[in-house]
Amino acid sequence: MSSIGASAASASTWRLDLARARAIAWKDLTLEHRTRANFNGVAFLAVLMLLMFGFALGPDAEALRTVSTGVVWLTVLFSGVLSFNRSFQMELEGGALDVLLTYPGRRWPLFVGKLAANFGFVLLVEVIVLPLAAILYNVPLFSPFTGMAGVLILGTLGFVTLGTFYAAMASRVRAREVLLPLLLFPMLVPLLLAAVGASKAVLAGDPIRGGDGVAWIRMLVAFDVIFLTGAVLVFEYVIEG
Amino acid sequence: MAIQQTQSLELPRPMRSRGVSVLGWVALVALIAAEAFGFATSVPDRDMGNLQKIMYVHVPAAWTMFIGFAILFGASVLYLWKGEEKHDLLASSAAEATAVFTALTLMLGSIWGKPTWGVWWTWDARLTSTAVLLVIIVGYLALREFTDDDERRAKWSAAIGILGAINVPIVYMSVRWWKTLHQIQSSPATVDPMYALGLRLNAVAFSLVLWYFVAQRYRAAKLERETERLIEERAFNAR
Repeated sequence: MSSIGASAASASTWRLDLARARAIAWKDLTLEHRTRANFNGVAFLAVLMLLMFGFALGPDAEALRTVSTGVVWLTVLFSGVLSFNRSFQMELEGGALDVLLTYPGRRWPLFVGKLAANFGFVLLVEVIVLPLAAILYNVPLFSPFTGMAGVLILGTLGFVTLGTFYAAMASRVRAREVLLPLLLFPMLVPLLLAAVGASKAVLAGDPIRGGDGVAWIRMLVAFDVIFLTGAVLVFEYVIEG
Repeated sequence: MAIQQTQSLELPRPMRSRGVSVLGWVALVALIAAEAFGFATSVPDRDMGNLQKIMYVHVPAAWTMFIGFAILFGASVLYLWKGEEKHDLLASSAAEATAVFTALTLMLGSIWGKPTWGVWWTWDARLTSTAVLLVIIVGYLALREFTDDDERRAKWSAAIGILGAINVPIVYMSVRWWKTLHQIQSSPATVDPMYALGLRLNAVAFSLVLWYFVAQRYRAAKLERETERLIEERAFNAR
């Protein structure tokens, strides 16, 4: 009897937590949608970077094609990193974070909500970056569409997980613009290797079964699972610190 | 006036900790003995000549670096679990010592690489992943430096320490795959038993040095905290 009551109660807490996460993600995305405070800047920077990389590594078309996957991922990482601090910065203005923290309930929905909003944000930047890179570097970046989309989603998830997690700290100290990349990029080295490796394998028409692609995709999945779990577990200490 | 005031403060004397200084001497003697043993027992390598002897510092430094990361991980978990200041100080002491050994491993690897590969740097799997570990630990120390509040610093750096230590095997594996998918790695050379013994002895000696470094930094960090507390207390009472 009591166990049924307890499980029903825990089920409803879960639902509440998920509703909280959804509310935070919705609020962040709505704010971004209405003000476009960050998106235009980040997207424009990404476009600019694709051009600059082209100038730095071109004009040899063949050379550009070979490095295109690496360039696309670097563009995503370097432009996306600018969006994470913002997601906590806006909570700090006007002391909104303190209010958020006075609500009862667990802390992870706050993290997952922010994560989901940032995930949507970076995916939207990629929607601009990818077709443009495909045109500029003359590579069929969409040719196995599901394969590429899968790699993009897995890579972006890991990137955004650690980005959101570290921004929860970096956005609250001096020198936050420098500190976030300093903390984040070293941690992302395995993700970068796996994402570029997987993208290359998928583009080369490497079948999903067998070959390098599988190893890299497994690595991406492992990275996402490990750091998503780790970040959710310790986020409570970070946000209350 | 201000000077007088600081003079009148009775700060805690940096008391001599007998245990730590004994440990320091033991570590030094063990290090000299182990290096001497390694040098005396090893014949010049067929291919590498005396160059091989750098392994007696390079390999133990790398092992010590991993031990350092393990201490950092354990102390960080303990801090989040129990919330005691000593675990935070232990984690930060371990991180500082680990940074030294990581940098040492990297530099020795590079010095070994110059005559072996003909270049100071090559995108070798181990060299590259050690470089990544160095920047991870520097990031940890940077965050500690940039955070002013003690409790906040402790919680945040514990979180970063845990994630950073978890990343150590992932970094190694990913960089190795990245390399092996492009070229075949050379097979490990057969190792002379005497050579292995020399390496083991040096690993023990290096671990003692690590222990000494961590103990020394830990003691210094504790004294710093006590001093800060005393100054605060005085300032409060003086009002």
